[in-house]
Amino acid sequence: MPLLYTRYELLRTLRNRRFFLLSLGFPLVLYFVIVSPNRDVHDFDGSGISFAVYYMVGLASFGTMGAMLSCGGRIAAERAVGWNRQLRITPLTPRAYFRVKVLTGYMMAVISLLALYAAGISLGVSLTADEWLQMTGLILVGLVPFAALGILLGHLLTPDSIGPAMGGGISLLALLGGTWFPLAKHGFLHDLAQCVPSYWLVQASHVALGGRPWSTLGWVVMAAWTVVLGALAARAYRRDTGRI
Amino acid sequence: MSGGAIVGGSSTATAGIRLSGLVKSFRGPDGPIRAVRGIDVEIAPGETVALLGPNGAGKSTTIDMLLGLLRPDEGSVSVFGRSPAQAVADGAVGGMLQTGELIRDLTVRELVAMIASLYPEPLGVEEALALAGISEIAAQRTQKLSGGQTQRVRLAVALVSDPELLVLDEPTVALDVEGRRAFWTTMRTFAARGKTVVFATHYLEEADAYADRVVLIAHGEIVADGPTTEIRAMVGTRTIRATLPGVDADALGALPGVSSAERRGEAVVLRCSDSDAAIRALLSAHADARDIEIAAAGLEQAFLALTGDG
Repeated sequence: MPLLYTRYELLRTLRNRRFFLLSLGFPLVLYFVIVSPNRDVHDFDGSGISFAVYYMVGLASFGTMGAMLSCGGRIAAERAVGWNRQLRITPLTPRAYFRVKVLTGYMMAVISLLALYAAGISLGVSLTADEWLQMTGLILVGLVPFAALGILLGHLLTPDSIGPAMGGGISLLALLGGTWFPLAKHGFLHDLAQCVPSYWLVQASHVALGGRPWSTLGWVVMAAWTVVLGALAARAYRRDTGRI
Repeated sequence: MSGGAIVGGSSTATAGIRLSGLVKSFRGPDGPIRAVRGIDVEIAPGETVALLGPNGAGKSTTIDMLLGLLRPDEGSVSVFGRSPAQAVADGAVGGMLQTGELIRDLTVRELVAMIASLYPEPLGVEEALALAGISEIAAQRTQKLSGGQTQRVRLAVALVSDPELLVLDEPTVALDVEGRRAFWTTMRTFAARGKTVVFATHYLEEADAYADRVVLIAHGEIVADGPTTEIRAMVGTRTIRATLPGVDADALGALPGVSSAERRGEAVVLRCSDSDAAIRALLSAHADARDIEIAAAGLEQAFLALTGDG
């Protein structure tokens, strides 16, 4: 990975204030609003998980999804001003370009995640070191399909259309994932939710219960989305650049 | 190709740049648009060559193929004996594309350093900034620059790699007269280091002033290829227009310095090879000629003449 190039790309991303508002400020404020009155609820909705933990991970899923997809927003913006063409006449390979973009997404996701963890701790969340690590690991793995989705959207959409598309997409994925409230434990919606990657992001909060927070189905769903979205993103890139 | 093409000066430069039989079509609403219809050019190392032509002539498409941004339908491109992709990967090519802005949230210096870091042997960042004349704005954020400043930064981005081949696609379109002069001064300084420079323009004066050689392109084909003086002679015709009723156009066409004459109602239009001789002859033969205008043939007209569409 080109180090200096990566450093400037990260710096550039950190200087974007809009991100901090959407991916960081919004879930944080929401977390305090939702959880403060309910911080003593230790068994939320019969799940065995405390209110504070459930929404910490729920809103972290929202913030981190946004962070990963904002990758796509940056790609769309760079395409719109012709910067991707400028980069294509430098020795930077497309692979390195995407690797750096995904890395910036992860950097922002980790910032968002740490902020939510801090908020959670301030409202009484207490997990063992093992549980913190396992949860973080699952969330970071769970974001892989969103990195591919970001690259895909960045090549399909314009900067004007990507904002609404991402806002709508994240809201829907968050709803199905159980970010806002736990879904019914049976029925069509439950079955549908198990097929979306955001559901498994939120399920990472189940580390607090011990055992395996992701079933085999969870791993399969994540892997399937990653493969499909990755292939679509590669196709969108090739079509965009006119390569065969 | 039409007649009248001049054979280019260099023809055996194997290590230079070679565009052979380039053809490229795009899908359009009314069937395929044949943007480039067979371009053959050889450019020797160290040469500064202008691709001159009106808008839509196929210059940008040719440049995109030269840079490896577009794959030709037919023909091939060789840049210093390599494919364009390999030359780009080796850091031998710097380019300033026709359309393009800068990415935001970096200072000018940071942006140039970011690009420099991708190359094996770049210029120093400060040297590139100085060469492009933007040392004073190096600490400004890229989103706060004027159009002219943005063009200069884009030039610095192209130069910082210290490329063997510098490609500029209509680089001065957004610049005022002063900006243009400064831009070409930079470009000349760079070319003087023995670099190969290819630039596209639709300004005859730019091609004339800054290129060793001009390749004239119209309708996706090369119309002429030669030293600027020869091209200028080819397109440097003037026309005389005058109100002169009742005189036979054929008789006017026979006047000294006139290559052809045409009647348009009350007026006559004389296309001249030597307008000074022609105007003297016209006035001594027809002292009643009124509303006389002498104009340099525009590039568009010259192209029409050269391509035989006129």
